[in-house]
Amino acid sequence: MNRLRILALLPLCAVLAACDMVVLNPSGDIAAQQRDLLVVSTVLMLLIIVPVMALTLFFAWRYRASNREARYEPDWHHSMRLELVIWSAPLLIIICLGAITWLGTHLLDPYRPLDRIHAGKAVPEQAQPLEVQVVALDWKWLFIYPEQGIATVNELAVPVDRPLSLSITASSVMNSLYIPELAGMIYAMPGMETKLHAVLNRHGESEGFSANYSGAGFSGMRFRLRGLDDGEFANWVESARTAQASLTRETYLELEKPSEKEPVRHFAAVDAQLFDAVLGMCVQPGKMCMHDMMAIDAKGGLGLGGVYNVARSTESRPRAVFGAAHDYVIGMCTAPVSRGEDETAPFARVDRSPLRGAGLTPAVGPASAGLYGVRLKPDLQSDLHADLTVPR
Amino acid sequence: MALDPSSLVDPIFGRLSLDSLPLHEPILVATFAAVAIGGMALLAVVTRQKLWGYLWAEWITSIDHKRIGIMYMILGIVMLLRGFADAIMMRLQQAMAFGGSEGYLNAHHYDQIFTAHGVIMIFFVAMPLVTGLMNYIVPLQIGARDVAFPFLNNFSFWMTTAGAVLVMISLFVGEFARTGWLAYPPLSGIQYSPDVGVDYYIWALQIAGVGTLLSGVNLLATIIKMRAPGMTLMKMPVFTWTALCTNVLIVAAFPVLTAVLVLLSLDRYVGTNFFTSDFGGSPMMYVNLIWIWGHPEVYILILPIFGIFSEVTSTFSGKKLFGYSSMVYATVVITILSYIVWLHHFFTMGSGASVNSFFGITTMIISIPTGAKIFNWLFTMYRGRIRFELPMMWTVAFMLTFVIGGMTGVLLAVPPADFVLHNSLFLVAHFHNVIIGGVVFGLFAGIVYWFPKAFGFRLDPFWGKVSFWCWVVGFYIAFMPLYVLGLMGVTRRLRYFEDPSLQIWFVIAAFGAVLILFGILAFLVQIYVSIRRRHELRDTSGDPWDGRTLEWSTSSPPPAYNFAFTPIIHDGDAWWDMKQRGYQRPQSGFRAILMPRNTGAGFVLAVLCTIFGFAMVWYLWWLAIASFVGIVGYALWHTFNYDREFHLSLDEVVRAENERTQLLAARS
Repeated sequence: MNRLRILALLPLCAVLAACDMVVLNPSGDIAAQQRDLLVVSTVLMLLIIVPVMALTLFFAWRYRASNREARYEPDWHHSMRLELVIWSAPLLIIICLGAITWLGTHLLDPYRPLDRIHAGKAVPEQAQPLEVQVVALDWKWLFIYPEQGIATVNELAVPVDRPLSLSITASSVMNSLYIPELAGMIYAMPGMETKLHAVLNRHGESEGFSANYSGAGFSGMRFRLRGLDDGEFANWVESARTAQASLTRETYLELEKPSEKEPVRHFAAVDAQLFDAVLGMCVQPGKMCMHDMMAIDAKGGLGLGGVYNVARSTESRPRAVFGAAHDYVIGMCTAPVSRGEDETAPFARVDRSPLRGAGLTPAVGPASAGLYGVRLKPDLQSDLHADLTVPR
Repeated sequence: MALDPSSLVDPIFGRLSLDSLPLHEPILVATFAAVAIGGMALLAVVTRQKLWGYLWAEWITSIDHKRIGIMYMILGIVMLLRGFADAIMMRLQQAMAFGGSEGYLNAHHYDQIFTAHGVIMIFFVAMPLVTGLMNYIVPLQIGARDVAFPFLNNFSFWMTTAGAVLVMISLFVGEFARTGWLAYPPLSGIQYSPDVGVDYYIWALQIAGVGTLLSGVNLLATIIKMRAPGMTLMKMPVFTWTALCTNVLIVAAFPVLTAVLVLLSLDRYVGTNFFTSDFGGSPMMYVNLIWIWGHPEVYILILPIFGIFSEVTSTFSGKKLFGYSSMVYATVVITILSYIVWLHHFFTMGSGASVNSFFGITTMIISIPTGAKIFNWLFTMYRGRIRFELPMMWTVAFMLTFVIGGMTGVLLAVPPADFVLHNSLFLVAHFHNVIIGGVVFGLFAGIVYWFPKAFGFRLDPFWGKVSFWCWVVGFYIAFMPLYVLGLMGVTRRLRYFEDPSLQIWFVIAAFGAVLILFGILAFLVQIYVSIRRRHELRDTSGDPWDGRTLEWSTSSPPPAYNFAFTPIIHDGDAWWDMKQRGYQRPQSGFRAILMPRNTGAGFVLAVLCTIFGFAMVWYLWWLAIASFVGIVGYALWHTFNYDREFHLSLDEVVRAENERTQLLAARS
């Protein structure tokens, strides 16, 4: 049986050598470190898997009924020494693996800003990461470059060797942003923001896509990743700025509608508040943003008055058969959303070399990760004035 | 699609209309025709042979745990055909859809197929087969005459079947969910899945879930309270131990599924916002809750399988199981740990590093008791005298295959590695590696092992070996390419591909799936051939494999009452111990036996539940109310049925036992 199996594997090995396993040979430092962890863990486990498989085959052969030379001890069923070995050998391996896991998980946490460009090079002192805001739409990807003031659909161009800081959300359902060449994936969820820090170390084009099924157009929800050097990136930004369209809230609402296999598009300008509005699920004018709602609720809510602070939605969308019609809460605070102070503060880095203690060194910034690590908007209590408080 | 709810709900027909029938899908129309013709033929045969009365009296209303166990197995095998048809359609689609071609399935159809495949294989194939084996074997292994609550057992079975029937109805009336097998919101919410698919999903699982939960309660009570005198917990057969742990898991996990589906139904029916993204709801809550059920579910499936392998290894090595108590402790440790690992299914959802590493490490810890089990089987083979009958072949194939799946599983438990492999085909390959290489191989081992007990003749070994080789080789050819594809960054549930270099792997995988198809066909042929050759394959001893546990002490098939006298247990391998000590089967002194009486109540309730589920799916409120009143009313009425037991007369007991005496005498 096993010989057959090995024979069957031979042609596979030949093809294996020929094919491009991006996960094992990525262009980004984070993905490469994740790959290393994958390989180390596999080798560690093979230490026990290979002997077990070999022993299985050996015992099956050696103690077959027709082999009368092998010893037969029908009542032998216990050995303290063997028991110790069979519990402690896997235990030791898991201890090693557990230690590696603990370190690796903290060091490669997608929320943790980078401290190195690649193995031999730390992030320079004053370097700012390139901010990109990512929105997963049905069924395409929107990338907003707040520094450059441009946006693209289904194309992510990044300068090589510059740290990236991606803020990710979604418009409707759950997706997962995965660029195998760059770094591991992270879910994109409506009303929530996830983060991904990564860096691309090689030029060239590759692909990113959604790794979480999101409906009919899911298979075509792919985008181009372009690794450019600084000059090329500047040119690319310039060319994007010459695009006809600009991304306002109205264009976004149009863009948000489900569509499949969208071609690459560029927007010369972007509403600076757009990403926060998407995140707050309040792109439609007049709708209250989630973070405002939460801030009000945190102060005790609007009381009975809140019941009347709603308007009937004009869009016709499916609703629960016994549910109320679509109402939305009317926005009352038009103050611009402030991005948290951790974004504006100078980029501080974590020194990774002396790893200490259980929690390791905390990641940069105030402890902003919530229960699920999803950063909620800083609450706006101070911006909301007494006139919002309805007497009860 | 914009839907106005008010216009949708016709007071008589709800959402149901002629458009609900998928007449535009030629594949479905052909399937329907085939099913209809096959079904009619079956009904015709049953009618012609005048089998209705027999089926009703001896099977449908039967509350004998053995008959119910067999019916569970039949349900599982029938649904396996449906689930596998989905699988092979997916493999075909993915092997074809390259270079601008979108294959032969549109998104609407393909997305239902992968959802249905997952749901059916877990809930209506693996669960019934595992439950069926437990149902059949556990009471026999502990020397009991039946389960603790025989009527409940019948009811549980029919509720499971009712769920399966709803899923099958969705094939021809309306559609099934297009959400993936766990139906994550917001996609499964009313806004993005306004059609009936998710409702079918919810009601099928809710109804079947009642069955599973009650069957868990039943077996739990049976194992705790009905063991033969002398059988202390640490003298229980390992299969019964694993069944005990599995039923603890069922009882503790299934209510979570019920609750989370209730919340999802509230979102979909009355417009609450538990799992929507706005108004304070959180889809992540759903993901957490469903996996708090979902991860123990994996162990619900695999634990009894570990028990089967323990019995098989020990029997066919002609040896006591090595390290019985460490096997038991390993099982219990796995049971407990399975509750604190659920988050490893969504490391990539943005949990912090500490949370991720906690769940990663707890997951790895599970591999320690699992590894100990593998070693225990290994050292049971050591210095044994191994007979390579089919069950043992499955066991060796399992040991070689499962460790690979275990390894990739631990790999996926390393969060940074999971970040690059999550939701990829590597993951798909991993869980098929443990479910096929573990659960399915184990089920085949169990079926071949216990078939002679249930029917009095062995299964034909030739066709069994054909099936074995097709399955094992087919599994490797079908799923090793998926590991490779996962490492190439290919994600799951894709309908078409652009990169032509991937195609060869999908073609290989499709070829493997075809081999597995031959494996399934060979299994069916094996059953058919064995029935034809039953006289040659007959086993009159009741103990064809030189077994070690109590079920082998009875006749094959066992009498309705299992044991004329409750055995008294002195040692772990009770039957082996009895044989060693020259046990003489009692041949006189029999008594009349008090037996539970058959009842159609379980079947009637399940039919009403199916109607209720269907009515809820289609918004047929009048029918939902009527059937709900029917369910409650009938259940109440049934509580007044006092005619639940009868005495199996002494004559009948004596006749059955004498028959066995003669058979045994004829052998020696």
